[in-house]
Amino acid sequence: MAERTHAGRRPLWLVLALVYGFLYIPIAVLVALSFNEGGLPTVWSGFSLKWYGSLAANKEILSAALNTLIVALVSTAIATLLGTLLALGIEMRRRHGRALEALIFAPMIIPDIVLAIALLSFFSMLNVTMGLHTIVLAHVVFNLAFVCSVVRARLKSFDWSIVEASSDLGASAITTFRRVTLPVLLPAVIAGALLAFTLSVDEFIIAYFTAGAGRASTTLPMQIYSMIRFGITPEINALATIVMAVSIAALTLSQRLNRTVAP
Amino acid sequence: MSDPKTLLSIDNVSKSFGSVLAVDRVCLDIRENEFFALLGPSGCGKTTLLRVLAGFEAPSGGRLLLDGKDIASIPPNRRPVNLMFQSYALFPHMTVRANISYGLEMEKLPAAEIRRRVDEMIATTQLSELADRKPEQLSGGQKQRVALARALVKKPRVLLLDEPLGALDKKLRGAMQLELKRLQDEVGITFIIVTHDQEEALVMADRMAVLKDGGLLQCDTPHEIYEHPADRFVADFIGVMNFCPGRAAIDGVVSAGGTLVKGSPPSGMANGKAAIAAVRPERVLLFPAEDIVNRTSGKVVALAYHGLDLQLHIQTPLSEKPFLVRVTADAADRRPIGVGDAVEIGWSAVDTRIFED
Repeated sequence: MAERTHAGRRPLWLVLALVYGFLYIPIAVLVALSFNEGGLPTVWSGFSLKWYGSLAANKEILSAALNTLIVALVSTAIATLLGTLLALGIEMRRRHGRALEALIFAPMIIPDIVLAIALLSFFSMLNVTMGLHTIVLAHVVFNLAFVCSVVRARLKSFDWSIVEASSDLGASAITTFRRVTLPVLLPAVIAGALLAFTLSVDEFIIAYFTAGAGRASTTLPMQIYSMIRFGITPEINALATIVMAVSIAALTLSQRLNRTVAP
Repeated sequence: MSDPKTLLSIDNVSKSFGSVLAVDRVCLDIRENEFFALLGPSGCGKTTLLRVLAGFEAPSGGRLLLDGKDIASIPPNRRPVNLMFQSYALFPHMTVRANISYGLEMEKLPAAEIRRRVDEMIATTQLSELADRKPEQLSGGQKQRVALARALVKKPRVLLLDEPLGALDKKLRGAMQLELKRLQDEVGITFIIVTHDQEEALVMADRMAVLKDGGLLQCDTPHEIYEHPADRFVADFIGVMNFCPGRAAIDGVVSAGGTLVKGSPPSGMANGKAAIAAVRPERVLLFPAEDIVNRTSGKVVALAYHGLDLQLHIQTPLSEKPFLVRVTADAADRRPIGVGDAVEIGWSAVDTRIFED
């Protein structure tokens, strides 16, 4: 009886394997090829780190990586500060927060391409010279929404009476924020920041639209895109592997932090 | 209370939220070193009143005088009043010791003094072994002690306690009631406790106030309130009461069946007015002696065994609801009674209370 049940489940396992294969085999191939000695995607000619070495020597890639790092760090910092304050504001004034709440999630739902066009028109309308600073601002727009939603999720289970308790024990509003509210929310704030950082690092469309002319403000995804026009090289595979490793590390950390704060 | 000096005067205080009047012109004088209870059913405004005293809500009207000075406009962080929260509201990221010293750090006291006072309070509340734990590692009773210690260490003029024992199980609650009383004696601070549990108020309070719909019904010692409730609601809310509805007469209440329940109506109660006679179960006698004036016969409809006593539900012509009568285990053994038995019950006229109905 048990065996038949097991046999009956076999097609399901097969489907599962196919789905996971579809998701992960291309990534696995990409990672494997980044360590391939020869440059051909069809022939495995031995393990090598030489493509990672050639990445490190590529000035264009390094400058794009630096740009990405700047955009990600600055937009994350701004989005984390504003997103946390916004989450607090919405939760504290829940009654008036409904409309605010819906509006803040719009950047998460609106297709990136729409947001990209909107931001491009906005910046040109204001006659802003575009560059890294406009990418930063554009990334703040959607990162803000993500940080806000992570912090708000934490605030749902936040015991507001500890804020009153702090005040009752003699603390001013600022002291209460510094010594009670922020430390209790900190894991969620950091988790939100890591998520924002990850999203910013591999964001392409919005950055592409708001980077302006010239190569000075090329980010890593834009750089990869321009390199791909001449075919996929093992260098790109290596670069993609690094980007993926950074993203996975940040996301894992973010989720772990989010789990530790859940009461 | 050896010193009946008024410490906190709640003078005609009201609090409304929009069109809802949560506290309605309450006047109370709380005395120095008193254990005072605010008692009422949920929604009676007792917690709102407590929050007004703590400073989290501004009164819509009236004055709050502490040592004769109006404190209504002083924010909570500068009031010499502390609140112990119902949820305890311990800081989850701080140890027990850090929780307790927080309030003293806010007063910017010298580190040595903070240390001394925190140590002292940890010893008083028997938390020495737990001082380095985080709140999540504590049981409900331990959290309650930390919350108490955190508020008491500041030596407030008044300590407010919002349903402090609500989250504890029944046995622990009994022990903590005595513990709270002992602590209050030891630290010599005025306690104002909010509770919906009338038994808790009776056990702990020196004096208590009964609230309903935001208004004050009665303020007195537990004994006075139990023995002489101000109205029908208080009589029903505090303890258990048997009621016989009817019409007021000069010397009692004439029940619906025409029997006169003897007692003294409150002065000014007009004859023939709807009134209700009431008597506590422990004042009702089974098979009363000849000289007991109020007597009726009835039938036992239910029995409830409580160990210490036996509670009989006796249907009589005096009321629709059966009378509740308590018989000691000892008496019940001497004269066994079962469901369906016909019995006679009675009580003295002095034990009858009469209220407007």
